[in-house]
Amino acid sequence: MTSTASKIIDTGQIATNGLDFKPKTQGNIPRGLTLLAVIIIILILAIILGNIIYGGVGTINWEFLSHPPENGMESGGIVPAIFGTVFLVILMVIAVIPVGVFTAIYLHEYTSPVSRLTRLIRVAINNLAGVPSIVFGLFGLGFFIAFIGGGLDSIFYNSEGPVWGQPAIIWASLTLALLTLPVVIISTEEAIRTIPRELIEASYALGGTKLQTIIRIIIPQALPGILTGSILAVSRGAGEVAPIMFTGAAYYLPYLPSKLNDQFMEMGYHIFVMATQSPDIEATKPILYGTVLVLLILTFLLNFIAIYIRSGMRRRRASLQ
Amino acid sequence: MNMKELKFKQKSRLWEFLGEKFIAVNAFVALIAIILIFIFIFKEAVPIFTDPEIREEVTLGKMVFKQEFYEGRDAKWSWQPNSEVPKYSLFALFIGTLKAAIIAMLFAIPLGIGAAIYSSEFAGKRMREIIKPVIELLAGIPSVVLGFFALIVLATFLQNLFGLTFRLNALNAGIALGIAIIPIIFTVAEDAMTSVPRSLREAATALGANQWQVSLTVVLPAALPGLSAGVVLGFGRAIGETMIVLLASGNAAIISANFVDSVRTFSATIAAELAEVVFGSGHYSVLFFIGSLLFVFTFIINFSGDMLLTRIKSRFQGKMN
Amino acid sequence: MKNLLITMMLILFGAANLMSGSAVTIKGSDTLVRLGQRWAEEYMKNNPEAVIQVSGGGSGTGIAALLNGSTDVCEASRDMKEKEYKLAEKKGIKPYRVSVALDGIAVFLNESNKVKNLNFAQLKGIYTGAITNWKEVGGNDTRIIIYGRENNSGTYSFFKKQVLNKEDYSDYTQTLPGTAAVVNAVSKDKNGIGYGGIAWAKGVKFAAVAKNEDGKYVIPSLETVSNGSYPISRDLYWFFNGKPEGELKKLVNWVLSEEGQKVAEEIDYVPLSKERAKASLVK
Repeated sequence: MTSTASKIIDTGQIATNGLDFKPKTQGNIPRGLTLLAVIIIILILAIILGNIIYGGVGTINWEFLSHPPENGMESGGIVPAIFGTVFLVILMVIAVIPVGVFTAIYLHEYTSPVSRLTRLIRVAINNLAGVPSIVFGLFGLGFFIAFIGGGLDSIFYNSEGPVWGQPAIIWASLTLALLTLPVVIISTEEAIRTIPRELIEASYALGGTKLQTIIRIIIPQALPGILTGSILAVSRGAGEVAPIMFTGAAYYLPYLPSKLNDQFMEMGYHIFVMATQSPDIEATKPILYGTVLVLLILTFLLNFIAIYIRSGMRRRRASLQ
Repeated sequence: MNMKELKFKQKSRLWEFLGEKFIAVNAFVALIAIILIFIFIFKEAVPIFTDPEIREEVTLGKMVFKQEFYEGRDAKWSWQPNSEVPKYSLFALFIGTLKAAIIAMLFAIPLGIGAAIYSSEFAGKRMREIIKPVIELLAGIPSVVLGFFALIVLATFLQNLFGLTFRLNALNAGIALGIAIIPIIFTVAEDAMTSVPRSLREAATALGANQWQVSLTVVLPAALPGLSAGVVLGFGRAIGETMIVLLASGNAAIISANFVDSVRTFSATIAAELAEVVFGSGHYSVLFFIGSLLFVFTFIINFSGDMLLTRIKSRFQGKMN
Repeated sequence: MKNLLITMMLILFGAANLMSGSAVTIKGSDTLVRLGQRWAEEYMKNNPEAVIQVSGGGSGTGIAALLNGSTDVCEASRDMKEKEYKLAEKKGIKPYRVSVALDGIAVFLNESNKVKNLNFAQLKGIYTGAITNWKEVGGNDTRIIIYGRENNSGTYSFFKKQVLNKEDYSDYTQTLPGTAAVVNAVSKDKNGIGYGGIAWAKGVKFAAVAKNEDGKYVIPSLETVSNGSYPISRDLYWFFNGKPEGELKKLVNWVLSEEGQKVAEEIDYVPLSKERAKASLVK
């Protein structure tokens, strides 16, 4: 307590040091400058969105959304990329949600927030959130494909060619699941904090066990946060390219992936491929812009839904305090 | 208590036990993942230090110091992994990574911090309701889309504006990277400033300070660790970001102090070259070594960012007690 | 809700059928990936039961995949290196090589560039960094901006071997992940120079190239590459593990048929001469 108290005095000191305050009109310049920063940011966003909408809106029609690429990607649509993206994020969500939710619950219900273990797990979560996405790609290749996949192959399929030890949608989705794990944990935690403590204590008082309380009270109450987390994870996962480049994304596939060890097409990767490897950049441009626009609409839509749910949750929390 | 009840109790206790263990296992995934990531990435880099065949091609010294690659020619740094004499000077990539990240910081810090100051100190409720979604939208743009935008639109714009020799260069990639990290800097900085206790502001106001003076002399110094955390975390992201630099930087491993030369970064090098290498070759190990460097570096960055945030939290929470 | 979950699980586990499937995988060179994709499209039109998946990544990627056993066909814009043959032997893989088409490596210039002709010595000078100004090769007094391919591409290795005499590219070479990106960059950069397969060029012009200063300068085209008068041309290969049989044999022989070679020509690749195509057929 004494140390924090002295710190407060420190911060208070700063205020009294600057006592010779000038007349009140002086705030206009900094106010203007910081407002300028805001305006520039808004402009940047507007230019990017404007450019992409302008370039892409003419391309998007039913045919674009319902046909595979044709003629070396110069015409046709992006169905396999959309399907691959959806399949990928569904697998990812199935893997990441339980782990993320249970981690959040463990941190809140089973351990004390100041225990060394909790702190260690927290450090791990925060650092996982900061690992560069390309490093996840390397990890996916080295761990999931070579170690796990290769291991499965050598145990179950020894003489044949690789079955699991090759790039595949399952490995890409697991790699993405790790990448998005912190998102799910953090937003589930936020939701758990909004649950009125009395509700949980009431459950215990009525003889409910910990597990019962978790299943009947905590998880249902935290559902909006879990949902927000999953949506944010999906939005993040759908846009990441670096982690899936080596773990399963394909340049072109004539069929839709149907097995867990199939490769797949993905929208972000498709954009990368078209921007760098399509034979005729000018002819591909409308399709390229169209794909970018579809990806943006998808991620923005998901983000908006998540923000909406979360703001409802925050209001509830504010009304609790 | 009859037998039936007892049995039921035992059964439920078993479930409690299993439940807790199951939840605990999930909670360790993040921790285990971070350890496995390091192990599996560093493992592939180890041959640089142990395998005599690979050490003939590349050693730590060869990656760091100037080398006399051909007899009679000057020693230099060079990244030419697919040469008759493979050259793996990481220094060239280090310079490139640093240049892109520095430009990104110069671009993003004033905008991110400026907007955060405006949002927390000056903005009315309505303005804040505009700023928040703008930042969230900006954060929601997938990096491949930003890279695409920089490749197609921004590069041409900058080249015409400044009459640049290289269309794709550090400036172009840096600005696109900057756009990607504005949301991080903004969010962390704004959080820190809004969490400055009201009593501090009120004290300064009571002493006759106007709004800006309160911000400058009280809020900013108090929130400084938070602002630094934002900057540090933004820097970590700028170092690790892949798709933007891969598309927008020109990828030439040039060593110069010129900020409009093309650059090749660590992350883009992995993304561009990993697909090609023969598993287990020297080149392969070097790419994983770069991955380990990125991992360790971002780990340190995130850790220090975390420490800063913990400090600001304890500073203000101490106040409330 | 519960039912939905159960159905979803069923679909997933149903999908997780452990068979490796009977799809033919084609993987490798970015130069060839477009051709491979077109061949796959056409072949599947005629043989609806066939399933072919095509992916790029570079010749090196394809060869690595062949050695790992993760692809049936490896597309490569270069022959395998000695190192790779040795590795194949070690892994018990017997590479079987078939030339499936020809490719001319064109030198791309911006359409506004005054320079028309370049010989090997000049190209080498430009790409190794010895020549840095267009006026040294008869152009305007401006700096030369060089674009090239990533070092995993067969085109990179081929150009290096053929034109650069195995010397290193200049550090100032901007490497881009795909020929299209190179073409696009040169089309936008009036001081730019790039190289890549002739099938890709849109919005740039080709330099006429000669081996020697006083040799004949030739513009790459289907004819000049096919008859060998254009100096930077190469075979494009498909590699198999062992002599192809069954579905694979049917596929490669169709590719070498008149119909298959016509598909190549339609998208600006150079077809093999009839005799060569016939000689390449798998018996």
